[in-house]
Amino acid sequence: MVSGRLTRLTARTLVYGLLIVFGIVMVVPFLWMFSASFKPLAEVIRVPPTWIPENVTLTNYQVVWIEFRFFRYFANSVIVAMVTVLFVLTTSSMAGYALAKFDFGGKDVIFILILSSLMVPFQTRLIPLYQLTTGLGLADTLAGVIFPWIVDAFGIYLMRQFIMSIPSDLIEAARIDGAGELRIFLQIVIPLVRPALSALAILTLVVNWEEFLWPLVITSSDASRTLPVGLQSFAEQYAANTHWQMAGASIAILPLIVVFLIFQRHFIRGIAMTGLK
Amino acid sequence: MARTAANALARRRWSRLRAHRTLTAWGFLLGPLLLFGVIFLFPAFRVVHLSTLQSQLFRPEAFVGFGNYQRLFEDPLFWKSLRITAIWSIGVVPAVIAIALPLALVLNTQWLKAKGLWRLVFFLPVVTNIVAAAFVWRWLFDPQFGVVNYGLGLLGLPRPAWLAVPGWALAAMMIVAVWKQVGQAMVLFLAGLQTIPKEFEEAAAIDGANPWQMFRHVTLPLLNPTIVFVAAILLINAFRVFTIPFVMSAGGLTHRTVGGPLDSTRLYVLHLYDWTFSRFDFGYGAATAVVLLVVVVTLTLVQTKLLSRPFEY
Repeated sequence: MVSGRLTRLTARTLVYGLLIVFGIVMVVPFLWMFSASFKPLAEVIRVPPTWIPENVTLTNYQVVWIEFRFFRYFANSVIVAMVTVLFVLTTSSMAGYALAKFDFGGKDVIFILILSSLMVPFQTRLIPLYQLTTGLGLADTLAGVIFPWIVDAFGIYLMRQFIMSIPSDLIEAARIDGAGELRIFLQIVIPLVRPALSALAILTLVVNWEEFLWPLVITSSDASRTLPVGLQSFAEQYAANTHWQMAGASIAILPLIVVFLIFQRHFIRGIAMTGLK
Repeated sequence: MARTAANALARRRWSRLRAHRTLTAWGFLLGPLLLFGVIFLFPAFRVVHLSTLQSQLFRPEAFVGFGNYQRLFEDPLFWKSLRITAIWSIGVVPAVIAIALPLALVLNTQWLKAKGLWRLVFFLPVVTNIVAAAFVWRWLFDPQFGVVNYGLGLLGLPRPAWLAVPGWALAAMMIVAVWKQVGQAMVLFLAGLQTIPKEFEEAAAIDGANPWQMFRHVTLPLLNPTIVFVAAILLINAFRVFTIPFVMSAGGLTHRTVGGPLDSTRLYVLHLYDWTFSRFDFGYGAATAVVLLVVVVTLTLVQTKLLSRPFEY
């Protein structure tokens, strides 16, 4: 019995030890980035590294934000993310409602098309989308950056599944009471699927905030660059200025982490619910 | 007479009601469906069409049949990119599962303290902008000033030049891919563990099963569907990965040497990107994209097939 307790104690100590080692590996990049973003270049490249900056300075942020126009990238990223989330929530819940609660010809075909399009990776659609967006004159505009994301097949599928679980009697009762169709949708259906909507919003936000390939090919000036491509184009020109890069990286990483810390529960539930594409 | 008239009236009202319903449905569906057609359907069909065309910069478009595919399959760089993607999958997929699964098991126990903290630590990379993170890792892997080599030096281990040399560069990027994806797999495993009824483990405990037996004969078989699901997601991700190798290879600094050094990190989508947006050969790029589609669809169908197998509790 005693030896059993002892092995259990050793096992648990081992588990904590491994958690600490792996945990440190997970957070080292964050620690190093934040620390470097407050240091002058000479201190950034010092070996051994200093974790707490000896000469704390805010100049890196100042330089990057104003001189290298990160305020522009930041604003673009926020606009793109907000408009995309708004569009995805609207189009997904509308189409999901129609597919879940109405009977009409062609419904099954449409649903199968949407379902099978979930298998088609974005990279496969990339070239035609690029030609299409350029053809529409939307290259290097914010509208062009947003365009391929305003409807999401997965979002439609998710909302359909959730709206299916709403009892149809509820909707019928409202109809008998004389409620208009739009009112039924907005005041009965939407409030009942709020958890699914917040999961979809979070998922869209996470994926959209770090989207890189699309803005990389469709933007060519600061007017439409989002943070990821802004960071990239900045690094192409100032490769050796690690201290500035780390301030820029912090600006790109921090907002979503703050949002995450506030809505942690929703985030984790959302990812578990949807599997994150 | 009166009955038939009433019937006809009722039928007419019913059909009007049906028409009204259908109209309402289309009112909700039409806008999203049009967008879906433009953004999902049209590109998916167009890319197949484009792959049969010669479509290059400063050259007239012309039908070439399987010409692009022939060029693709005769291109040693295409095969190299497939090989690199295979190595990436073989390394990253098991590594993520081997870390995330025990992690989820431990987080699912009663005795572990500070669960919220551990979950936060391992989940943070999932919500971290991967471009920014790739830049940070680039510096962490710096042969001279990087923290990684500093740490290896302290442990008395060899200090490779990481991103500067073929072989090590791919390994460095795979480490970043594992770092980024562990949290997502952990959350999915946790969700899977929570669906396992407590009775099974209680029954096994009464039968005197030790923790290993419990895991091997109770938890693992019941978690099988989740493991297949996670593995499929990770495998598909390996074929779609772009940002990490793009930013961390020399391609991050000059588009011309994407996938360096010496093409040793030329993952599949980098090959596609290089031909499409550096050499503007859209037909060849489209053929590459169609092959990607075939791979991803096959993986998805295999996964669905595995998961639809009847399950015995």
